[in-house]
Amino acid sequence: MKRDPLLGRYALISPAAILIFVFMLLPMLLMALMSWLEPGQFGGVKWSSYTPEAYVKFLFDRDLSDVLVFNTDYLSIFSRSFQLALVTTLLTLLVAFPVAFYIALQTPKHRTWLMLLITIPFWTNLLVRTYAWILLLRNGGLIDSSLHGLGIVNSPINLMYTPIAVQIGLVYAFLPFMVLPIYTSLEKLDWRLLEAAYDLYANRWQTMRRIVIPLAAPGMVAGCILVFVPALGTFFIPELLGGAKTLMIGNLIQQQFGVSRNWPFGAALSFALLAVVLIFMLIYALRFRGKGSLT
Amino acid sequence: MNKSLLAALGILTLPALAAIGYAQSPKATINLYNWSNYIPPDLLKKYEKETGVRVNLDVYDSNESLLAKLKAGATGYDVIVPSDYMVKIMTDEGILEKISASKLSNFKNVQSFSIKPPFDATRDYSAPYMWGVTGFTYDSARVPGGKLEDSWKSFFEPPEALKGQIVALNDPLEMWNAASFYLGTDTCTTDAKVGEKILALLEKQKPYLAAYNSDGTIERMQAGEVIMHHQWNGAAHRTKEKLKTAVFVYPKEGMSFWNDNFAVPKTAKNKAEAVKFINWMMSPAAIAVASNFTGYNNSIKGSSKFFDASLNADPAVNTPANLTSRFRPNKICSNASIALRDKVWTRLKR
Amino acid sequence: MINPRNPLWRYWSLGVLMVVFFAFLYVPIIVLIVLSFNQNQTATIWTAFSFDWYKTVLENPNILRAAQNSLIVAAVATVASTVFATMAAVGMAGKTFKAQNAFNGLVGLPLLVPEIVTAVASLLFFLAIGLELGLTTVIIAHVVFCIPFAYLPIRARLEGLDPKLLEAASDLYARPWQAFARVTLPLLLPGIVSGAMLAFITSMDDFVITFFVAGAGATTLPVYIFGMIRTGISPEVNAISTLLFAASLLFVMVSFFISQKK
Repeated sequence: MKRDPLLGRYALISPAAILIFVFMLLPMLLMALMSWLEPGQFGGVKWSSYTPEAYVKFLFDRDLSDVLVFNTDYLSIFSRSFQLALVTTLLTLLVAFPVAFYIALQTPKHRTWLMLLITIPFWTNLLVRTYAWILLLRNGGLIDSSLHGLGIVNSPINLMYTPIAVQIGLVYAFLPFMVLPIYTSLEKLDWRLLEAAYDLYANRWQTMRRIVIPLAAPGMVAGCILVFVPALGTFFIPELLGGAKTLMIGNLIQQQFGVSRNWPFGAALSFALLAVVLIFMLIYALRFRGKGSLT
Repeated sequence: MNKSLLAALGILTLPALAAIGYAQSPKATINLYNWSNYIPPDLLKKYEKETGVRVNLDVYDSNESLLAKLKAGATGYDVIVPSDYMVKIMTDEGILEKISASKLSNFKNVQSFSIKPPFDATRDYSAPYMWGVTGFTYDSARVPGGKLEDSWKSFFEPPEALKGQIVALNDPLEMWNAASFYLGTDTCTTDAKVGEKILALLEKQKPYLAAYNSDGTIERMQAGEVIMHHQWNGAAHRTKEKLKTAVFVYPKEGMSFWNDNFAVPKTAKNKAEAVKFINWMMSPAAIAVASNFTGYNNSIKGSSKFFDASLNADPAVNTPANLTSRFRPNKICSNASIALRDKVWTRLKR
Repeated sequence: MINPRNPLWRYWSLGVLMVVFFAFLYVPIIVLIVLSFNQNQTATIWTAFSFDWYKTVLENPNILRAAQNSLIVAAVATVASTVFATMAAVGMAGKTFKAQNAFNGLVGLPLLVPEIVTAVASLLFFLAIGLELGLTTVIIAHVVFCIPFAYLPIRARLEGLDPKLLEAASDLYARPWQAFARVTLPLLLPGIVSGAMLAFITSMDDFVITFFVAGAGATTLPVYIFGMIRTGISPEVNAISTLLFAASLLFVMVSFFISQKK
C-alpha cells in the first residue's frame, strides 16, 4: 500500500480549504472589485464606473477647492483600535494563563467540566452580558452601592465610561478564547517533569519559565490570534462601556454600509485593515522564523 | 475523558433534538419584517385567529440594514416597515410594490397629516404605522430651578451643573439634524462652512456628555445614571412610567419627525395577503393595541379612544396641538451632504 | 492518562485566584438571572419577584423560534466546523510542504475580515450563485467563520506533539483509520473539545453576518435582541437567557453525575 502520503494530507485539508475558498475568498474578490467602484446614491455601487477614490479617501481629504490634503482621521482611528486590541490581548493572557494552568493541574475527569463551566456564561448573548456589566459598573450600580454600603468609599466610584470599564468588558468577552487554547497545550504536561525540577531545587519561577511556558507557547500563540484579531474589529463593548466618544475600525467600517452609504469606502477600509495585519504577521514570521510558531 | 467528551457532544445535539417536532403549519402565511418588540405578538395571534393567516416575524435593527439587505437582493419578505425617508429611497430604487394604499377600505381612518406625506404623496406604496419625534428628556427633580428652556440650547449648551450627566443618541443622523435645527441651517446642506459650524457645536458639547448611546435610554434615565437624555418620545413615555419627574422637551427650533410605514417589496411572495394585513392594521382598534404596546402614537383617527389612560394623558405621546408645528419631516439628502455629515461625525470621534 | 502525584499543592494560591476568576465570570450571569424574576418593565430597578417574564417568553413565538434557530445553527455549525478543522489540523501536521502557507493564510481569513464586510460579501455571493436565503445560508456562513476558532486550538495541541508518535502509530496499525482512532484522536481530544466549544459560543453570538445572510424565518436570538434597539431591551431577554443557561447547566450536571458513577 505505497501511495503518495501528501495526497492523503491534501484530502484531509481540502474540505476546510474549499469551504473557506468558495464562501470567503471568492466573496472577498467581489468586495475587492467593489472597493474600486463608485458608490451608488443610496448604498450599493455603480457597477461600471471605476475610481481609486475609496483608497485616496483613506489618507487624503479634498478641501474646498478640490485639492488633496493629508488627513490623519482614519489613521488615528486605526491606531486606536490596534492599541486597544493589543492591551486586551495582553490582559487576557495575564488572566487566562494561571486559569489554564490550574485546569491542567486537575484530574482528567475534572478538566472537561471546568472547561464547560468557563464557556457556559458565553451562551448568553454579548449584548445581554454587556448590559449586566453596565448594571454592575455604573454609579448607583451594584459595585458602587455595595462599596458605599460597606463604607469603603463615600463618593461615586465613576467606573462607567472609563478605559477600565472597557477593558473589564473586553477581557471578559475574550477570556475563553485564550484559556481554552492554552489549556489545550498545557494538558500534555507531564507532572513528573515538574517534580523532577523541584527535586533539583529549581524554584517555582524557574520551573515556570523553563518547563511550563515553553510547553504552553503554541496555545498562547493560538489564543493571542483568537483574541487580537477579533478584538481589532470589535466596537460594541467599547461603545457601550466607554461612552462611544471615539470611533473604532469596526464601527467606522460598519457605518460605511449603513448611514454613510459608501460601500466602496467600507470595502477599501477593510482591505487596508487586512494589509496592516498582514504586515504585522510578516514581521512576526520573519522575527520568529523556525521557532515553531503557528504561522 | 471519553465519556465526558461524549457528554459534551451531547450538549450540542440536544438542540437538534429539540428541533424535531417543529414543523411549519400548512396554513397561509405572510412574512413580516420589522423591529423586535415593535408589534405585539398577541395582535398577530389575533390576526391569525380572525383570518386564518399566520404572520411570521423577522427583525432588523435599522432602516439602513433593511435597505442594504433588500438592495443586495434578499427576498421572501411580504411586509416591511421602513421609515419615511426610506420609503422614498426604496420607491426610487424600485424596491417597493405599488399597493395603492389610499384605495384600501380602512384608509378613510388615516389622519389628515398622513394622507399625502411628502415621501409618498399619493400613498401608492405605503400605509402609516407608528410615528414619533426625537427630542430630549430631563429629570426635573435634578436640574437647577426644576425647569429647562424648551430649546436645543439646553441640550447643546447645558448649564454647568449637568456636566457629565447627559447622554446623546449615538446616531450621526439625529445629532446632525438636531444641530442643524439649533443653528437654523438646512439639514441637507453641502456647505463645508456649515459643516464646520456644526462640528464646532458638537465638539463644544462633547465634554458635557457622559456618552453617546442609543441603547438602553429608558433604563439609564430611570436608574438616575444621567439627568438628561437625547430620546425618542415613545421611549420618553416609557421612562416616565418609573421616573415621574421626567419631562420630554419639544425644542422650539424644530425636531425630527419620523413616520414608520407598512410597505410591500416587489419580491414578496404573498402580495394579496400582505395588503389585507396592512388594511387590517389601519383599523383604530388594531393599531391602538400596537400603540399601547410600543408607547408611540399612530396616524389613525379614533384609535386614541382605545389607548391606555397613561398614554392618552402623556404630553410626550399625545402631543399638545400647539407644538406640532415644531415637527420637521426627515428630508432625503444628496450623497455630497451625507459625505459632509460623515466627515463631521468622523472628525468629532477621530 | 497517567496522573502521578499532583503538584497542585505547590500552587495553592492558584486556588484563591480561581475563586476570584469564577466570581468574575459568573457575577454578571447571576445579575441577569436575578433580574429575569423582576416584576418591573425595566431591567434595573428591583420591585418584586414574579414569573411574568417567563410567561411572556413562553407566549412569544417569535423569541422562541429565534432561540431555536440559534441552537440549531450553532449545533450544526459546531459539529461541521470541528470535523473539518480536525481533518485539516491532522493534514497540516508533520513534514512541511508548499501549500501549507497558503492554507494558513486561508484559515485566518474569516477571522481577519471585518464582520460587516463578510456579511455583505456573502450575501451578494449567495444571491449571485442562486442560493435561496434561509437557515441553510446562515449555517454555511457559520461553518466558514467557525473553522478558525475550531482549528487553532487543535493545531496548538498538535504543535509540540512528537510526530514520531503519529508515524509509529501508522506502522503499528494496518489501516490508517485504526491509527487515527486509537492514537491520534485521543491525543487530540482536548484540542477538539476546546475548538468545538469556541466554535459553539462564536456561532451563538454572531449578529452581523447572520442578519445579512438569513432568509425569512431564519431570525436567530442575537438578531432578535439587536432588533430591540428601537424599543429597548426587554426583560424577556433575561428570561430566555436564563432558560438557556439553566438548560446547559442542568445538562452538564446530569452528564457529570452519570460519568462519575461509571
